[in-house]
This record gives sequence, structure tokens and C-alpha cells, in this order.
Amino acid sequence: MSATTSTLPAAPSRTRVGLRAVMIGIIAILAVMPLLNRLPVDSAFHVSDFVVSVSGKWICYAILALAIDLAWGYAGLLSLGHGAFFALGGYAIGMHLMRLIGPRGVYGHPVLPDFMVFLGYTELPWYWWGFQSFPLAAAMALFVPGLLGGIVGWLAFRSRITGVYFSIITQAMTYAMMLAFFRNDMGFGGNNGFTDFKELLGMPLNTSAARVTLFYASLVALVLTWAICARLTNSKFGRVLIAIRDAESRVRFLGYDVTQHKLFVFVLSAMLSGLAGALYVPQVGIINPGEFSPGNSIEAVIWVAVGGRGTLVGAVVGAFGVNALKTWLTSFAPDLWLFVLGGLFVVVTLLLPKGIVGLVRRRDG
Amino acid sequence: MKGASLYLDGVSVVFDGFKALNNLSLIVEPGELRAVIGPNGAGKTTMMDVITGKTRPTAGDVRFGEHDLTRMDEASIAMLGIGRKFQKPTMFDALTVFENLELALKAPRNPWACLTWVLGDDSRERIEETLAEVGLTARAYDAAGVLSHGQRQWLEIGMLLMQDPELLLVDEPVAGMTDQETEHTAALLRRIAGRRSVVVVEHDLEFVRALGRKVTVLHEGTVISEGPIDKVQNDPRVIEVYLGR
Repeated sequence: MSATTSTLPAAPSRTRVGLRAVMIGIIAILAVMPLLNRLPVDSAFHVSDFVVSVSGKWICYAILALAIDLAWGYAGLLSLGHGAFFALGGYAIGMHLMRLIGPRGVYGHPVLPDFMVFLGYTELPWYWWGFQSFPLAAAMALFVPGLLGGIVGWLAFRSRITGVYFSIITQAMTYAMMLAFFRNDMGFGGNNGFTDFKELLGMPLNTSAARVTLFYASLVALVLTWAICARLTNSKFGRVLIAIRDAESRVRFLGYDVTQHKLFVFVLSAMLSGLAGALYVPQVGIINPGEFSPGNSIEAVIWVAVGGRGTLVGAVVGAFGVNALKTWLTSFAPDLWLFVLGGLFVVVTLLLPKGIVGLVRRRDG
Repeated sequence: MKGASLYLDGVSVVFDGFKALNNLSLIVEPGELRAVIGPNGAGKTTMMDVITGKTRPTAGDVRFGEHDLTRMDEASIAMLGIGRKFQKPTMFDALTVFENLELALKAPRNPWACLTWVLGDDSRERIEETLAEVGLTARAYDAAGVLSHGQRQWLEIGMLLMQDPELLLVDEPVAGMTDQETEHTAALLRRIAGRRSVVVVEHDLEFVRALGRKVTVLHEGTVISEGPIDKVQNDPRVIEVYLGR
């Protein structure tokens, strides 16, 4: 065509400067928190031990929220079972922590964790083999959630199960996992799960040095996760995901294999959730089947909805914001929390479909 | 000019005894722009369905160049370079016009290729060409969701063009358009034809007149008249079944 010359200006950047600034601000505040903790207690800028340790946990929640946003906000896959991937990542690292206890357990068995001695195990089940190795446990914390996500995703996407039916299936998945992990025969400590961890990578847990190290490890993971998600959503792949979310059959009609794309993003999202769980468990010092409970997954979806889905930053804002509210509220009116959470979801759905971040975005156009 | 001729010979389609197409014959030359008109139920949409492989003919021959379309499925017919625009445009409202075209561009479509995709100069030029062709250059970076009805139709045509079809089937492109949009669409289709064949199915006679090319009139599944619009409009049979009522 001769009539055309390159008159088209370059595309305006899709990255919203305002949102990126919010994200960098959050990361900067988190980065100085442990330093402010060192200040004398009477200083105006002192941050308490409690705030630091609770923020470390919330960073893990923020990673989980990013993973959910990637699947839900972009590809439209509303998973109500991401807590299962988070818990599996936690269990993988928990197995490693249990192996490291060694003979320091109550029963003093050189290899078997206490609960196995108690339940009459004479030797380590095969699936515990190798978990004394940190690299293996860390790899499993990503691989196992990825595998579960891959199997469930493949079954659902190839049968073109979408929308609320997909949500129900993922919900059932996490519920089934919870029931399975409650069983003592599973070899994962039944309803008590794992606890009483001693050390990680030669570093005694329950010391302030360990807390700070885990805090920063989580923060690095958050930045990495954000970078991965941002890279992905700014690529053509991200635009294919948005296209799938908005008009799936049209994408198929254009010749894209929708199943492949969904599977790719869902498995990645599951692995990131596993990463979050693996960083979470050493910080809280316990993992049990309660982490699989459907309520956890739903709560995580609400963080993303409140913060604003499809923006990445919104997921992080939501994870910190809702959990801050929860911590504050449950300290004086614990019975009210579930009502507030439900109310929050209704209000956000009706009045702020784009979440908190949507308010910011509307202003800078 | 490229491409092959579309050739329908003695095509019949029978649904439960109802003859949707009855011994229909039609030839569209490479690069030709052809309008197909006819009253409701004349078999226009069924004809499109037969060409795209959605419906199998009960009898007759459908060829595109040397390919026998009656033996091919929808996907392979699309791969041959036969694109179809449905009446209701569907696009990705959250993406910009440019991005919509980018997704339609011929390129490896697996997740990894999309992730590592870099828009090269060739591809960019191709998208800019298409933007200019469908008249949406000024809207390139607007979300598809804010386009007017007419502009959405053009974007849809643009997305088909990105796939570089040899034959474009366009189903009622101007339904619901303003007069100005209708004119623009006629000009657009005239521009597109020549580089590829275009078959337009339409009710709107003013639009068909604006196209100014050969017209085929269908009635009860068969061709009753063919030629320039003035000749066709004066054909007594056409007046009787279509224009006269």
C-alpha cells in the first residue's frame, strides 16, 4: 500500500506512572521497617517488633495476591482455591524444617519427626526422602503447587470449563486437599501439621536476626514476583490473556490455543502462590491443614477485589490494607470481622468495581 | 492481484426437505468485489456457510482455485485464506485498536512466543497499513470499547485483513450505520477489493449502489439475476420478487 507513510506516533506507555510510584513507595517503606525497629523505643519513628513480624507475613500475602491477580485480573480465571497452592508451598518447606529438627525432637528419634514416632512409623515414607536438602524442598515448594495447578487447569480448560464452574472446581480442590491433609495416614502430621521448627539454613529461628532475614527474603521475593507479573502483563502474552478474559471464543477464532495460554498463566500463578507459602511458614512457625480451608482462598480473592484487580499494584495494596484492617479490628471486636469482610466485598463490588486503586487511576486518566 | 476464483456450481442445501439453496451457481473472479442481495430467506447466509465449511452442501461443487471446499473443515478453509466477518462485531474492548490488530497479525501464537514477542518494523508497518486502509489511524491508541458502531465494524474488517485473506466474506456490514458511515464502508470495501476478492451480503440497496460493482440477486436459494445494479434493478423477475413488493 503506497498511501501509507509512518505517520503514527509511538504508542503511549501503558504503565501508569502513578501506580508504579505507589508500588515503589510500598517497597521502600517495607525496606526501612526493620531498620526503624532498631531505633530506641521512645523514638517517634520506632517500629515495634510486632509490626515488623506481622509485615513479614503480609508480604507473603501480597505475593499470593499478585499470583491471584495474574490469573483473575488478567486471564479472568477466578480461582477460589489458591490457598491450596500457598499451603502446599508451606508444607514443602515445613517438611524440610521438620527434617532439620533431627534428634532434637521430644522423642529424640534421629530421623523421624515426632508425629511419626507418635503414630508408630518405623521408617520415613518415600515422599519425605531428600527433604533434608534445602534446594530440593525449595524446588518442591514451587513444583508441587505447579503440578496440582497444571492437572486441575488442564482438566478444566480443555473441557472449556469457565466462569463460576471453574471457581467451584478450584474451591472443591482446596477443600479436598484440606480433608486429605487432616488424615493422619497422609504422613503430614494430620490436624496438628508441623510446628516446633528449630532452624533454617543454619540460622536458628525465633531470633530477631532470623526474623529480619526472612523479612528481607520475602521482600526480595515480592519485588521479583512483581517484576515477573509486570513483564508478563506488559507483553503480547498479557494482552492475549486480557483478550481471553473479555472474548474467549474470538481469541480461539484468531487461531490462539486458549487452553495453552490459560494453563501457562495458571501454573505460574500456582507456583508463585507456593513461593508465598514457603516464605510464610518459617515466619509463623506452623503449618496445618487449616491453611487449606476454603475461607482462606476466598479471603485472598477479597484482598485483590478490594485493592483493584487487573492492576498488580491493587493486589498488593489490598493484601496490606485488608490485613491491617483485620489485625486492628480483631484486636477489639473479633466477632465482627467476618461481617466486615463480607460487607467490604459487597461495597467494593457495588461501588468500586476497580477497587481502591481504581480511584487513583480515574484521576490520572 | 492475487488469489483464486471462487466457484459454486449447482449447489443445493436441503434442511429437512426445505431447500435453502437450490442449484445455485456463482463465480467470483480474483480481486472482484461482488454484492449479493436478496429478500430474507433467499439463502444468502446459507451460501456463506457453505463457502466457509459451516454447512455441507447436499449436492454441487464448491471450489476455491484448485481446492474442493466441500471436503475441508472450517479451520482449514480459514487457513486457505477465506475470512468471514460476522454481522455482530466482536473485539477486545479493553485493548487499543492497535493491539487488537496486533493480536490478529500472523505470528507464532504459543504462550512463549507471545511472551517474548517484539513488534518489529515489518509488523508495525503492516498494522499501520491496515489502520490506514480501514481509516482508523487517528484512533490507533484508543480502547476498542469506545469506538462507534461503524468504527467497530471497520476494526473487525481490519482484524480480518491482518490475517491476509484472499477472499473476504462480509455479512451485512452497514446494518445500523449512519449514512456517512455507510459511504465510508463502501469506499473501504472498494479499496480492499482488487488486492483480494470480496463478497458482500447486504439488504441496503443504496449501499449496493454505492459499491458500484456486479450484483447477484438470490431468490429462494437460486440466482435469478446478475449484472450491474441498473440492469438488475430493471430485470422484471427482480422487480417481481424483490424490488416490486
